Parts: sequence; C-alpha cells; structure tokens
Amino acid sequence: MLDAFAIIGQSAIAFFAAIGRLAKFTGLTLSHMLRPPLYAGKFAQQLMAIGYFSLPVVGLTALFTGAALAQQIYVGSVRFNAESAVAGVVVIAIVRELGPVLAGLMVAGRVSSAMAAELGTMRVTEQIDALTTLSVNPIKYLIVPRILAAVIVLPALVLVANIIGVYGGFVVGTQKLGFNPGTYLKITVDFLDQSDVYSSMVKAGVFGFILALMGCYHGFNSSGGAQGVGKATTDAVVSSFILILLANLIITIAVFGT
Amino acid sequence: MTETPKIRLRGVHKAFGPKTVLNGVDLVAEKSKSLVIIGGSGTGKSVLLKCVLGLLTPDRGSIDIDGKSVVGLTGAAKTKHLEHIGMLFQGGALFDSLPVWRNVAFGLIEGQGMAKAEAKHEAIENLRRVGLTPDVAELSPAELSGGMQKRVSLARAIATRPDIIFFDEPTTGLDPIMADVINDLIVDRVKALGATAVTITHDMASARKIADHVAMIFKGQIIWHGPVGDIDSSGNAHVEQFINGRAEGPIEMEILKA
Repeated sequence: MLDAFAIIGQSAIAFFAAIGRLAKFTGLTLSHMLRPPLYAGKFAQQLMAIGYFSLPVVGLTALFTGAALAQQIYVGSVRFNAESAVAGVVVIAIVRELGPVLAGLMVAGRVSSAMAAELGTMRVTEQIDALTTLSVNPIKYLIVPRILAAVIVLPALVLVANIIGVYGGFVVGTQKLGFNPGTYLKITVDFLDQSDVYSSMVKAGVFGFILALMGCYHGFNSSGGAQGVGKATTDAVVSSFILILLANLIITIAVFGT
Repeated sequence: MTETPKIRLRGVHKAFGPKTVLNGVDLVAEKSKSLVIIGGSGTGKSVLLKCVLGLLTPDRGSIDIDGKSVVGLTGAAKTKHLEHIGMLFQGGALFDSLPVWRNVAFGLIEGQGMAKAEAKHEAIENLRRVGLTPDVAELSPAELSGGMQKRVSLARAIATRPDIIFFDEPTTGLDPIMADVINDLIVDRVKALGATAVTITHDMASARKIADHVAMIFKGQIIWHGPVGDIDSSGNAHVEQFINGRAEGPIEMEILKA
C-alpha cells in the first residue's frame, strides 16, 4: 500500500518537475527573444526550413481534405435536401478547424521531429557546449530563431492551407457534384466571417509556438546518445500533437463557445 | 609576493543525484604553464573541466580565474569570462552544418563580431598553423579524417587567441603518430600564445609531452600534483599504478570488484 503511495508521489513529483523545467526553458527563450542580438541569417534559414519546405505537404493535405470533406458533406446533406450547405460547411470547417489543425500537425510531424533530432545530436556531440565556450548563447543562437520563425510562418502556411482546402472542395463540388462555380464561390464568401480568419491565424501562431518549443525543448535537453536522440524526437512529436489539439480545443471554446 | 595563480579551485564538490563525482577538488594552474590532469575513466576529469568552463555549476567550493570567482556567472559576465577561454572537445564538436572555415572563424564572427572576409582570412591562417592547407577550408567536417577534425578543432580553440585553453582527451581515438602530431601542435600553439593550458587525458605519452605539471584525480579528489619530471618518483602508489598501466594495485577496477 505504501509502495503504491510512493509510486504515485514520485510520478507526481516527476510530472511537476518536468512542467517546471519546461516553464523555465520557455521563460528563458522568451526573455532572449526580447534582447539583441537576433541572428538574422539563422532566422531566415528557419523561415525557409519551416515555411517554404512545408508547403507541399501542407498544400496536399489541405487539398485532399477539402475535396473529401465536400464529398462527405454532400452525401450527408442530400438526404435532407440541404446540398446547398456544402460550400458553406466546407469553408467554415476548413478555416475554423481543419486548416490550422492539419497544417499544425503536418508541420509538427515534419519540423518538430527534425528540430529535436538536430538539436539532440548537437547536444550529445557537445556542439551545444562548444557554442557556449565560443561566447555564443545557445538559446539565442539555436532556439530563438526557430521559435520566432515558426510563430511567424505558421499563419502564412495556414492561410495557404485554407485557400487550397477550400479550392479542393470547390473542385469536387463543381466538377463532380455539379454545383455552379459562381454560386459555389458566392456561398463560400457569404459564409466566411472575418473572425473565422482571425481565429485561424491566432491558432496558427499558437501551434507554431507549440511545435517549435516542443522540438527545441526535447532536442536541447536530450541525453544518452543515439537512443536519447530517438526518444527526444518521439517525445517532441507526441507532445506537439497533444498540445496542438488541446490548444485548438481551448481556443475554439474561447472564440466560438458563447 | 607570490603571483596569483591563473586558475585556482578550492574544495570543489559536484554530485549528480546520489553519485558524488567531485569530492573536494583543490587545484592550481600557474599562468602560462601547462597542467595535465590524469585519471581513469569516470574519475571526474570531464566534470572538473566543465565546472571551470561554467558548463556545470559546482555544488560547493570556489573556482577563481585571475583571482576572481567564476562560479555561477550568467549573461554578459559569463560571456566575458568565456572570451578568454578556448576549448578542444574530445570528439571535436565541430558544427557539421558549417564548412571548416566557418567552424574555425565561429568565435570571431559570432562572438567578437568580426567581418566575415577578415574572419575567413584569419581562419585559413589558423588552419595553416595546425598544418592544414587552405583547400580544407571549404570542406564539411564530415569529409575530414579524425586527425584532421582534431586539428580543425584545435584551430578553432586558438582562433580567438585565448589566455586559457582546455584540452579534453586531445589524442583519444588517434593513431600514435597522429597523436604525437597533435601533441606537438598543442605544445607549439600554447607556447606561441603564451596561454595557460589545462589538459585532461589518460594517455601518458601525451601527458609527458604536453605537461609542465601533472595532477592525478581519483574518486573525485586530487591525490597527487607535481612537476612532470617528478611523476616517475611520485611515491604515490595510485600514480605509479596508473602511469605504468598495471591492473594490480590500489586502483581497483569496478569490473574486477563485481
């Protein structure tokens, strides 16, 4: 019985210690964001790595999801003679939820893991220690450019994902389901509210912060050689996914809950 | 009046959880002299070095450089402290995302703000000083042999003309001839810079070649310290066993105790 209490206690302490370490790392990163120097070259490099090179995977995901969504909504709504809702539901679903969430998850899978693997390898090969001995702050040089770039570039990626996702629905709606293109576009525009776009961009920024923070945190603090780097990569992706979905729920309730 | 030692450690303790690694280290490194710390694997040599560098914070004790405490330095004070220090890591710790010349010039460009063209010229000059030709400058570290990587790492360590240079197992993993080349380079470069050198190694050939003074660490304490010429008549059973590489003696290998 006492052993059970000890296990629960140790788990609770370990959990709160992990939260504390993450909070400290986040605070340190944010404080360095506000102080010069900003390594502009590293920042530009990360904008390309996170944004430009994620475009194909994000674009294809949005295209196929938008197209499938239009087909599914049509099948569901035709039973109630509500086919005209297809364009409206597609645009709302894509812009409010699927665009930011799918883009966030796809980029997390691609970028968060890469960050954790790269930083983890740098940690176990003492490259991060080497940075420190060369009078360069590793948080400022390695972490700040990645997180800043992700926060800035994710909204742009989500904007593109939203447009491509809606286009996927438009293609299926007009080419397969027989909607008039002009009518489809008019309903799309009529249904879309400015606040939908704003919430989508806010979500994207938050997701960018989460996925970069998780990749950097787990990679930066990895230990134990190749196995440690592998664990850091897995932890980065899993924690990014969970936190993105949790943050999405919180923002959705906060914005659309009333 | 006696001269203030370049580096002085008094009663330095460091533990990781229940494992005590440094157990009251007292050590002095004289200015412009070469101190070699010898000891078996797991005796605390690397932890000692990292404490002096500020990569780890000791639990207790003091570490003074030029008479000033360097324990717990942060921010600008830590950066200033590290500006006077060069470090050659055991595995080289070269940045694999950068070409060789950028590795060598890293401290000059990112740490001291030197213009890239000037820093590249300086880097090539430093590569020449460690016996590497300018065509190596554009290669990636992954394209170099182990010996060449050590030389590049040495060139990086001396590029900022530091007052103190640390060498962590500089000859580990090298063939005897290349190890001797690295030893000669270390002696030559340290003398040319007039720097204080602290080397940790378990390679006695290296220790005899590099050292002015030798200290032996065992179970987290310095058990012998003296001029390199006295090491063969140290009168210390631990030192005699270690320098002669005997399995029998007061140093019990953990594997034999099991």
